[in-house]
Amino acid sequence: MAILVVAEHDNAALGAATLNTVAAARQIGDDVHVLVAGSGCGSVAEAAAQVEGVSKVRVADNAAYEHQLAENVSLLVAELGKGYSHILSAACTSGKNYMPRVAALLDVDQISDIVRIDSADTFARPIYAGNAIATVQSTAAVKVITVRSTGFDPVAANGGNAAVEQLDSAHDAGISSFVSEEMAKSDRPELGGAEIVVSGGRGMGNGENFEILYKLADKLGAAVGASRAAVDAGFVPNDMQVGQTGKIVAPNLYVAIGISGAIQHLAGMKDSKVIVAINKDEEAPIFQVADYGLVADLFEAVPELEGKL
Amino acid sequence: MKILVAVKRVIDYNVKVRVKADHSDVDLTNVKMAINPFCEIAVEEAVRLKEKGVASEIVVVSLGTKESQEQIRTALALGADRGVLVQTDEKPGSLSVAKLLKAIVDEEKPDLVILGKQAIDSDNNQTGQMLAALAGMPQGTFASELTVEEGKAIVTREVDGGLQTVSLSLPAVVTTDLRLNEPRYASLPNIMKAKRKPLDVKTPEELGVEVISSLNTLKVEPPAERSAGIRVGSVDELIEKLKTEVKVI
Repeated sequence: MAILVVAEHDNAALGAATLNTVAAARQIGDDVHVLVAGSGCGSVAEAAAQVEGVSKVRVADNAAYEHQLAENVSLLVAELGKGYSHILSAACTSGKNYMPRVAALLDVDQISDIVRIDSADTFARPIYAGNAIATVQSTAAVKVITVRSTGFDPVAANGGNAAVEQLDSAHDAGISSFVSEEMAKSDRPELGGAEIVVSGGRGMGNGENFEILYKLADKLGAAVGASRAAVDAGFVPNDMQVGQTGKIVAPNLYVAIGISGAIQHLAGMKDSKVIVAINKDEEAPIFQVADYGLVADLFEAVPELEGKL
Repeated sequence: MKILVAVKRVIDYNVKVRVKADHSDVDLTNVKMAINPFCEIAVEEAVRLKEKGVASEIVVVSLGTKESQEQIRTALALGADRGVLVQTDEKPGSLSVAKLLKAIVDEEKPDLVILGKQAIDSDNNQTGQMLAALAGMPQGTFASELTVEEGKAIVTREVDGGLQTVSLSLPAVVTTDLRLNEPRYASLPNIMKAKRKPLDVKTPEELGVEVISSLNTLKVEPPAERSAGIRVGSVDELIEKLKTEVKVI
């Protein structure tokens, strides 16, 4: 049976995490279909058809799916999903929102945030803030899965040539509606997919001081993240939070600045290839996971680092 | 209106967990247990809605072993009115939990159900969504702001890239994110009073729900250890290492 990947997108562009999810699907089987549910999402469908290893793109273009409301999208995915062995989505906030609803509608358990595939029914996933890795086997008729992007290298965005099928489905549960959204604007790379991430914690002192991190990040072409302490203190918006309850990142280089390294923060970044910590407290737990640690006042070290790059 | 809040007994979030030597599970013997932090936020939000006069009664429910009564008592001390424990020694998966909660929802008929967005032990982030699907209710997940007006719940949600606000018809399910509120501490007099608040104990059999799971945990292992790093003495040394040793910049 074929495998269905539910695309992550904003009606204009295909989300990068979809490429990692297709990569995971390809480890399970060869016949991978991508579902694009949205409104005015033709360009997303075209992009999905170009993705390496996708054999079919199914498009549900309807106003009911415009804002990815879980009540509506889950009805569509559950209806289509019955014909598939596996349904996968990225473990982004929209996938986390509608996939458990899909699983319940299909009366199956869901497997969240997988980082490894052992076979078509056996998967590994982190539990306890990443302090343990559980290997789970599923006997569910349809396996409903969310995929942690950092666990799978993305497939190429080009090179595919999938057929595009229009669906005329219009599920509107009529119990929820979109009111508004407030998206943070940033010219820097997206946190989830960045090669280099520079993060600040409580040690930054205030929001204005993040300016020195932005300068360093721009020099490195890096995304900027933050610890929960920095978000809670109001230094930066919450979508910058890296950790168990924020974003999970695994860049080539993670620079933790003024971050102590609580369990919940480490859960979001300890799979980074190289970790650098700059902290004036030499006892900070972050130094236990850092490849390179510099005990220094960040207000001196960060501008110096930026200046010398 | 009536609010149902679900709470879970989990390992205290400050405890560094250890995997058992036989790799069957993590070791929970003699480990400090507590109410899941997101569930605490759910209780707090319900209590605030009651203080504003929006809610008239708060029922708190937990599923698990007899010891979960402690977490229900904590919620009662924080301001919930009465408790329900669905007692089982099985470890129900999210779908079974959602079915058990659906049975409680059918009995209690709440206007709003508030849960945490995820439990910090299993890190699943599923139960609220599954309950909403089973009960045919709309869902406001990862809520950082909640208002109830004219039969609707207006929920601001923390999503990738920013915030999204949705309007839900009641009854609805809301799951809490960290920034929804700052939970209060229970005072000693309230802890004493909580001991006299009613707490019903039910079983999955009474609710007609079979606790089964299609998921079988084969093994639990510690994550790969990182090799010990080094301390550098200066910014120059750091740049040199990053450029020549690991070549990441």
